[in-house]
Amino acid sequence: MTTLAPADACADAFEAVRRTAPAPDSVVDLRRRAFERFTALGVPTTRLEAWRFTNVAPIASTAFTLAAPAEREAAKADTAPHALPGVGAGLTFVNGRYVAPASDVSALPAGVEVLSLADVLAADANDTRTAVESHLASGAGIENEAFTALNTALLHDGAVVRVPANTVVEEPIQLLFITSPPPGGEPVMTHPRVLLVIGENAQVRVVESYGGGDSPYLTNTVTEVIAGPSAVVDHYKLVRESLSAYHIGAMHVRLSRAANFSSHAVTLGGAIVRNDALALLDGEGVECTLNGLYLANGRRLVDNHTTIHHAQPHCSSHELYKGVLDGEARAVFNGKIIVAIDAQKTDAKQTNKALLLSEDAQINTKPELEIFADDVKCTHGATVGQLDEDALFYLRARGLGLEQARSVLIHAFAGDLLNHIAIEPIRDQLDELLLAQLPGSGGGSFHVEG
Amino acid sequence: MLEVTNLHASVAGRGILRGIDLSVKAGEVHAIMGPNGSGKSTLAAVLAGREEYEVTAGSVTYDGRDLLEMEPEERAREGVFLAFQYPVEIPGVNNAYLLKAALNEVRKHRGEPELDAMDFMALVKERMQVLHIDQDLLKRPVNEGFSGGEKKRNEIFQMAVLEPQLAIMDETDSGLDIDALRTVSAGVNAMRSPERATLVVTHYQRLLNYIVPDVVHVLSNGRIVKSGGKDLALELEEKGYGWIEGVAEQVGA
Ligand SMILES: Nc1ncnc2c1ncn2[C@@H]1O[C@H](COP(=O)(O)OP(=O)(O)O)[C@@H](O)[C@H]1O
Ligand SMILES: [Mg+2]
Repeated sequence: MTTLAPADACADAFEAVRRTAPAPDSVVDLRRRAFERFTALGVPTTRLEAWRFTNVAPIASTAFTLAAPAEREAAKADTAPHALPGVGAGLTFVNGRYVAPASDVSALPAGVEVLSLADVLAADANDTRTAVESHLASGAGIENEAFTALNTALLHDGAVVRVPANTVVEEPIQLLFITSPPPGGEPVMTHPRVLLVIGENAQVRVVESYGGGDSPYLTNTVTEVIAGPSAVVDHYKLVRESLSAYHIGAMHVRLSRAANFSSHAVTLGGAIVRNDALALLDGEGVECTLNGLYLANGRRLVDNHTTIHHAQPHCSSHELYKGVLDGEARAVFNGKIIVAIDAQKTDAKQTNKALLLSEDAQINTKPELEIFADDVKCTHGATVGQLDEDALFYLRARGLGLEQARSVLIHAFAGDLLNHIAIEPIRDQLDELLLAQLPGSGGGSFHVEG
Repeated sequence: MLEVTNLHASVAGRGILRGIDLSVKAGEVHAIMGPNGSGKSTLAAVLAGREEYEVTAGSVTYDGRDLLEMEPEERAREGVFLAFQYPVEIPGVNNAYLLKAALNEVRKHRGEPELDAMDFMALVKERMQVLHIDQDLLKRPVNEGFSGGEKKRNEIFQMAVLEPQLAIMDETDSGLDIDALRTVSAGVNAMRSPERATLVVTHYQRLLNYIVPDVVHVLSNGRIVKSGGKDLALELEEKGYGWIEGVAEQVGA
C-alpha cells in the first residue's frame, strides 16, 4: 500500500481531474472505477512477482502533484532537445497537456485523425468520441495493474491516432511528451494516454518520445494499440527522461488477422524506468516484433516486461532486447510468452542480451513460457557478458585508445538493434545519442561511405 | 630500432619466454622460427602490449624508448604493427571504419591532418588493388565470417594502409595458398625500406622464399637457441625441429 501522503496526493489529483477535465459519462465512470481499483491495489511492492526486482518505493513515498501548465520559456527549453529533426507531423504535450502551437498534423492524408484526447473528450458526441469511448481501457485493464488504474483514474489528455482502412501514412507521427517541472522543483506527475486505432490494411509509424527537465517527476503513461486486419504498425518509444525522473509505461496491443506490428523501445534516461509491453495476437497470421534497447549507468534501474499472447494459430513473434549496463545500474528483463491451446503452428522467438561494463552492474533476466498447444516452435535465449578482451586488444593494437575501443564495441553491440529501425532520422539520432552516452565517445559514425 | 634484452615473460604464472635477446636494425627483416608452443606468439604479443602476458625480467627498447612502458595503442601509433596469428572477429564494426579510425589515430599522433572520407577511400582502393583484395571487404564487419586466408590478407592490407615502422607478422603464411602467399609477400616486400624493420614469425620456411630475411632466429622453449643467415631456415626445414631440440640442450636450455 502507499503511504498516507502520496495517497492523499493521488486523491487530490483525482478530484482535480474530475472537476476540471470534461468527459462523457462513460469516461467519468471509468475514471471513478479506476480510482477505486488503484486505491484497493496500492502502489506495487516487491512482494508482487511482477515487481520483484523493481522497487518503486521511491515513487510510492513521494507526494507527486499533477503537473500544472508550464511557463512558456521553460517548456520550450525542455522540449527543444527532444523534437526529432526530419519527422514532420506530430503532437507535443507539455506537463501532460496538449500544446497546439507546438503541434502540426496538417500534412497527413485525408481521414487520418491525430488529436488531443482532451479535445476529443470535451467535444459533443461525434464519431471520433464514440470510437474513443469504446476503445479506451479495452486493452489496458484497470483490474490488476495499479499504475494503469492510476493513469485511467486521472485520464484527461494524451493522443488519439485514427487511421482509416486502406490508408498509408508515409510521414512518421511523432508524439512528444515533455515534463517541465516547476522552478521550485516540487515533484510533479503526468499521466498521458495514447490510443492508436488503425484500420484494416492501413499503415502507420508512430514515435512516442518522453523527456523532461532535471528534477524529480513521474511519467505514468499508458498506450493502447488496436490494429485491424492486415494493418502494419511500427511503434517507437524513446525514453529519454531526465536522470532524476521516474517513468512507468504500459503498452497494450491488440492485433487482428494478418496484422504486422513492431515495437522498438529505447530507454536511455530515467532513474527508474519500467516498460510493459503486452501484445495479444488475436487473429491468424499475425506477425509481432518487440525489440528493445536499454542503456543504464549510475544507480539507475530499467525494467522491461513483455507479454506476447498467442491466442490464434499461425502467428509468429520475435523479441530482441539488448542492454548495456555500467556503474551500479540494474536491469530486469521478463519475457512472457503465452501460447493458447488453439494457437497451433506458433513460431515464437525471444532473445535478451546484456552487456555488463562493471562488476557492480546487474541484470535479472527471465523467460516465462506458458505453452498449451503442442505443435509450436518456441525458442528463448539470454546472454550476459562483458566486453570481449580479445577484440579490445585488437582495436588497441590498431591504435584506438582504450575508451574509444570500448565505445566502438558497445556501439557495435547496440547498433545491431538500431539497424532494425526503419526511420532514418530516428536511427541517426539514436545513434548519436548512443555515441554521446558511451564512455570516451569522440562522436562520429560507423559508416564510411564509398 | 628494436632491442630486446633478457626478456622473460609469463602467462597465468607460467614462464613462457625465458631470456630473449634480439636486436633489429632499421631496414632489416628478421625471421623467428620455432616449433609450436615455443613462444613465438607470446613474444609477438609482448611486443604489441598484450596485458595478459607479464614481463618478469628484461627490457625492450624501441627507437630508444622503453616499449614496455607504452600502452598498446601508443605502440601502434608509434609505428608498431602486429599482424595477428588469429585475427579477432568483431561483429558490428565494419572494416572501413576500423581502418579509418586506426589511420587517423596514427596521423593525429604524427601531427598530420586526419584524412577525409574521399582521400581515405583513394588510399585504401590503391592498396586493395596491390593486394588483390575485393572492395566488398571494406563493408564487412571486421574479420567476421572471413575465411582463414581472407583474415590473413586483411591483416596485411591493414598493414599496407598503416605503413608501420616495425611490422610483426605472426604466422601470416598459415592459411594462405601459394597465390595468396605470393601477393601478400609482394605487398610486404614493397614496403621494405631502410627506415622500416620487419619481424616475420613463421613455423615453415616456405614464406621465407618470398620474404627473404636478413637474419633467422630459432626459438625453442622460450629462448633463441640459434641465429644465422637465411640459409638457417633451409637447414631447419631439412633437419626438422628435432635437430633444434638437440641444439637447445647443448645451449643448456
Ligand atoms: N593466454 C595463454 N594462457 C595460457 N597459456 C598460454 C597462453 N598463451 C600461450 N600460452 C602457452 O605458452 C606457450 C607458448 O605459446 P605461443 O607463444 O602461442 O607459441 P607459438 O606461437 O610458438 O606456437 C604454449 O605452451 C602455450 O600453451
Ligand atoms: Mg603462434
